[in-house]
Amino acid sequence: MGTMNIETAEGRLEALRRMCTIREFDDTASELFADGEIPGFVHLYIGEEAVAVGACSALEDDDYITSTHRGHGHCIAKGLDPERMMAELLGKRDGYCKGKGGSMHIADVDAGMLGANGIVGAGPPLATGAALGIDQRGEDRVALAFFGDGAVAQGQVHEALNLAATWSLPAVFVIENNQFGEGTPVEEQHHLDNLSETAEAYDIPGITVDGMDVTAVNEAVAEARTRARNGDGPTLVEAVTYRYRGHFEGDPQPYRDEEDVEEWRERDPIETFFQRLRDRGEITEEEFEAMRSEVETTVEEAVEYARDAPEPEPEDAYEDMFADPAPEIAQFAERLRADGGERGGDR
Amino acid sequence: MAQATDQRTATTTFREAIRTALREEMERDDGVFLMGEDVGDYGGVFEVTQGLADEFGEERVRDTPISEAGFVGAGVGAAATGMRPVVEVMFSDFLGVSAEQMLNQMAKMRYMFGGKTDMGITIRTTEGGGMGAASQHSGTLHTWFAHFPGIKAVAPATPEAAKGLLKSAIRSDDPVMFFEDKMIYEREGEMPTDADFTLPIGEASVEREGEDVTVVATQRLVGESLSLADELEGDVSVEVVDPRSLYPLDTDAIVESVEKTGRLVVADESPLSYGTHAEVVARVVESGFFSLDAPPQRVGVPDTHIPFSPPLEDEVLPQAADVRTAIDRVV
Ligand SMILES: Cc1ncc(C[n+]2csc(CCOP(=O)(O)OP(=O)(O)O)c2C)c(N)n1
Ligand SMILES: [Mg+2]
Repeated sequence: MGTMNIETAEGRLEALRRMCTIREFDDTASELFADGEIPGFVHLYIGEEAVAVGACSALEDDDYITSTHRGHGHCIAKGLDPERMMAELLGKRDGYCKGKGGSMHIADVDAGMLGANGIVGAGPPLATGAALGIDQRGEDRVALAFFGDGAVAQGQVHEALNLAATWSLPAVFVIENNQFGEGTPVEEQHHLDNLSETAEAYDIPGITVDGMDVTAVNEAVAEARTRARNGDGPTLVEAVTYRYRGHFEGDPQPYRDEEDVEEWRERDPIETFFQRLRDRGEITEEEFEAMRSEVETTVEEAVEYARDAPEPEPEDAYEDMFADPAPEIAQFAERLRADGGERGGDR
Repeated sequence: MAQATDQRTATTTFREAIRTALREEMERDDGVFLMGEDVGDYGGVFEVTQGLADEFGEERVRDTPISEAGFVGAGVGAAATGMRPVVEVMFSDFLGVSAEQMLNQMAKMRYMFGGKTDMGITIRTTEGGGMGAASQHSGTLHTWFAHFPGIKAVAPATPEAAKGLLKSAIRSDDPVMFFEDKMIYEREGEMPTDADFTLPIGEASVEREGEDVTVVATQRLVGESLSLADELEGDVSVEVVDPRSLYPLDTDAIVESVEKTGRLVVADESPLSYGTHAEVVARVVESGFFSLDAPPQRVGVPDTHIPFSPPLEDEVLPQAADVRTAIDRVV
């Protein structure tokens, strides 16, 4: 919950702002990628904002989350700083991972964000482990795993569910069913209609909610968190949503038409939430416009910060392998250099 | 040695050579089928299988859920019962997810069962850095599998080797890991067009003859070493040997080259410690120690993971300049 208690008008506005920040951040990342400013792979969260924000608004600040390759939304919902996120996307030294991780590995362990992840299905066991630690230390916290519909086909996800259920751990599992795993539709990857039915196998509660509705996600996760804190074990929440962009930036998307996307856009999570708040008199059109331009400024400033940030030094590549460094690495690094001490040739 | 009778070739890319081998082997043998994530209509993560689903249907070019342990294992089971699956694992970094079925089932079945099981499976996967894909999508893991008893491992560098070795891998009754360097898919070269052309697994190729130093290079580093050798022409005469197969490894060809040059540089993108380089050096020391005029040199990744940011990634990835430094050290 923290600053985003959706039961209060103030918290609802904050939730709306965070959804707008995610959208603006990822729209900008899309442009920067197209312009060649962001190297590597980028997977955008546009369309799915209600899931991350709905879930994180049900968490306390010191709860843990695990994320996925599509992690920008989880980071912003958890309260990470767009400046340091953008610096990481640009591979800069002041990024969350000093440029070593990039989009697919942003992490801030101190903020309870245990990392975006390049391995589909790797998050749930980590969340189970974080919940195990919470349980053993007797703390009042939970660990929540976000993972995709595609990840539900991974063995390690099921092993994590079974462990968390068997040990009644304070964990929450959130499936982001965005209808595709890369180019393959969900119905070609699973025999179940509702992925939350998976929960039956582990005798834990499973619920499918509208992932385009931030309050629906919030309610389900809040209940799951309460259950977890009461010692009643994990819950599996499936949030049904849609990704507007390709699987990754540059995806030719042979597997769907723009019309499919348009259909989902009619239920856009930001637009519909705004309308609801406006109808309740909690925000006006003008105030929403102002919020959006503030968010634009935030993201513009993040881009400026990232552009101005220094590149990592090449030698930084040898740091961070171990707490207690292995001498081999320094020796090999030394040997890479010609006898004059320079790294040879045109690199 | 090419066994083809028809000697014609076509200029083609590394990617197209792999696709050609898959197509020809599927036409030749109904038991060959492809399976992996998005290998069907999408055409695979680096478009290698593009068009094959149209040609052969989705039964034989089969999309799987994201379940590496399950579908690699299913490939092992299908191979043990007479099929010839070619399984694609998008990135070698994901092999860990499916490792159990490879290490304890695929590699051991024939031996444990007293020789009674054929294991005609081929596992294709991609390796290598250079795309800014960060640590979980850039690794070079072939040493693990070349090291593990019961698994054959090949890592081609040219369209010709890609076609010839993949066809041999598919026809083999042993499990073969086929490692594709994702940075050389666009590399062009001459590829024999004969559908009977194959290359034996376990045979190295002298890609360029020279007198002063032997560079044993793999994958992307073969091309880079060849260009470097051209640059050094007149100054240092470099022989470039591509082992092509990592296991079995063609010790004779490598030792023969070192007997001629007296100097050895091994360039491979795997991490240096306990690596592919070490194996090549050990074999040369065992069989050709007295031919060595200088200490053998290794060029590889300095025991780090592959970082995301370009200046960091450039620092740890072995490149021609590093081969140059190693050559300078011994000649
Ligand atoms: C173990 C593993 N297998 C395959 C991949 C390649 N891959 C990356 S994302 C993805 C699709 C994931 O689908 P889903 O879990 O639904 O998440 P979404 O992308 O839809 O958010 C795949 C197959 C991977 N990163 N890790
Ligand atoms: Mg999905």
